[in-house]
Amino acid sequence: MYSQGLIGADGSSDETPEFLEAFQKRIDAEEKIEPNDPMPAGYRRTLVRQIGQHAHSEIVGMLPEGNFITRAPSLKRKAALLAKVQDEGGHGLYLYSAAETLGVSREQMTDELLSGKAKYSSIFNYPTLSWADMGAIGWLVDGAAIMNQIALCRCSYGPYARAMIRVCKEESFHQRQGYEIMIELCRGTPAQKQMAQDALNRIWWPSIMMFGPHDGDSAHSEQSMKWKIKRFSNDALRRKFIDATVPQAEYLGLTMPDPDLRWDEDKQSYEHGPIDWTEFWNVVKGHGIMNVDRIKARQKAHDDGAWVREAALAHAAKRNARKEAAE
Amino acid sequence: MMILQNAILELADDNLILGHRVSEWCGHAPILEEDLAMPNMSLDMIGTARTLYAYAAHLENKGQTEDDMAYLRDEREYLNCLLVERPNGDFATTMLRQLYFAAFMEPYWQAALNSTDDVVRGVAGKAAKEMAYHIRHAGEWVIRLGDGTDESARRMKTAVTDLAPYVDELFQSSAAAKAAEDAGILPVRADMRAAWDKTINHIFGLAMLNPQEDTFAQSGGRQGLHGEGLGHILAVMQSINRAHPGAVW
Repeated sequence: MYSQGLIGADGSSDETPEFLEAFQKRIDAEEKIEPNDPMPAGYRRTLVRQIGQHAHSEIVGMLPEGNFITRAPSLKRKAALLAKVQDEGGHGLYLYSAAETLGVSREQMTDELLSGKAKYSSIFNYPTLSWADMGAIGWLVDGAAIMNQIALCRCSYGPYARAMIRVCKEESFHQRQGYEIMIELCRGTPAQKQMAQDALNRIWWPSIMMFGPHDGDSAHSEQSMKWKIKRFSNDALRRKFIDATVPQAEYLGLTMPDPDLRWDEDKQSYEHGPIDWTEFWNVVKGHGIMNVDRIKARQKAHDDGAWVREAALAHAAKRNARKEAAE
Repeated sequence: MMILQNAILELADDNLILGHRVSEWCGHAPILEEDLAMPNMSLDMIGTARTLYAYAAHLENKGQTEDDMAYLRDEREYLNCLLVERPNGDFATTMLRQLYFAAFMEPYWQAALNSTDDVVRGVAGKAAKEMAYHIRHAGEWVIRLGDGTDESARRMKTAVTDLAPYVDELFQSSAAAKAAEDAGILPVRADMRAAWDKTINHIFGLAMLNPQEDTFAQSGGRQGLHGEGLGHILAVMQSINRAHPGAVW
């Protein structure tokens, strides 16, 4: 799950105008760009950054939901949550592989995540505080991610677009699963319903911030659109998400935590109240309540696992040496 | 019926508690591939536990569910063996614990394919395949780590020493298990020793490891006499369920 709308394209280029024009022609003709095709350096850099951030988001995204695996309130929910978190890890693996087709290694990308050079989606810097968060994350966070990722299935870079097709199928399943958790809570005891409302109150605003800054404040979006890495603007996707989600909240009998939210008859769409961008930028800059803990958890897993990775390499080398000696 | 129910609960508790322990790794594994593999193994075991709990609830015939069995019993009522509740420790300990368990359960479920009980046969068909895969996965890691670096070999040896006291209990049958064995419902636990030895000796040979000799064997799990770790597992696992009595999730 990932969407941040923050990635600006790197349009700087040493290529000749003829090369850039020929490349743009392929893009305009909706041809897929494949790993061995010539491409502008900026296009490659933009994709490495975007796919890397997407992969990191999946990996860090395992932590907030992983927080409830050992506490899931029924065995059915425990199994479903485990499978879901495993799916997120699988998406990470896919995406690292897609990025590797552009000439960057998983190790390099991991180092950049741990050093803070590479970012991941800010939504994962909020804590999960109740079982209802497992429902609300699936419903809202995966829901928001799907809006973005459906468009990425048509991204001009072939390996990324193809990875997104499977990822979207799984995310769509996660979204329905999350909503089903919310339905069960809202049909349940007053305490369960209160838990569901509280989760919506906390997760709603961060989830609509996932689409990134308003179009007018979104740097370099234009180049990404031109290269067809990005297909829709941040605000267009956000609007689509809100329009789909408000009726779902009504069905649950929950109150949207936005007193200014209203239906605009002319636009046939919802207008939302002002977004607290100060909070958004604070979290992006590392001041979310969980930023430090998330990276520390990834760093600890990396450090604690170093001897295992070294042993696997050492064993493979020994086995090869023995095989060669026997031949 | 209580006797068969307890024999089924022993198997269910083994699978749930080990599934729970393995799930603690999710998101914290040494490599991404293991972040995917460990939830998979955990899901296998939790899946087996669910079917067995539902069967145990059915045998009790008081309208209970699989969740009542898992979430509303206390430490003294849990009947798992001590091996499965051992803390994860490092990756070497986790993989060796998995190998020990799977090397027992694979031949056990194979034998249970001849059970006189339909549910046991049904569980066995699926679980035997899963446990064969767990032997392969955990076994390969034990070999890599045993014959890897000096540090990994040292950690693997420590794991062998640490887990040695908890092996024998796998082969012991409680009174409930014996009754089910006599009725042809469950395989005789002691009969799995030869197959277990063969699997472990083969893997230890490749891993340059020696089995631990002269260990005092611990037991008590089947009587609900556990180490201190199980209470904490249950405290975490049951907390939300117990905070909302009667709620549906």
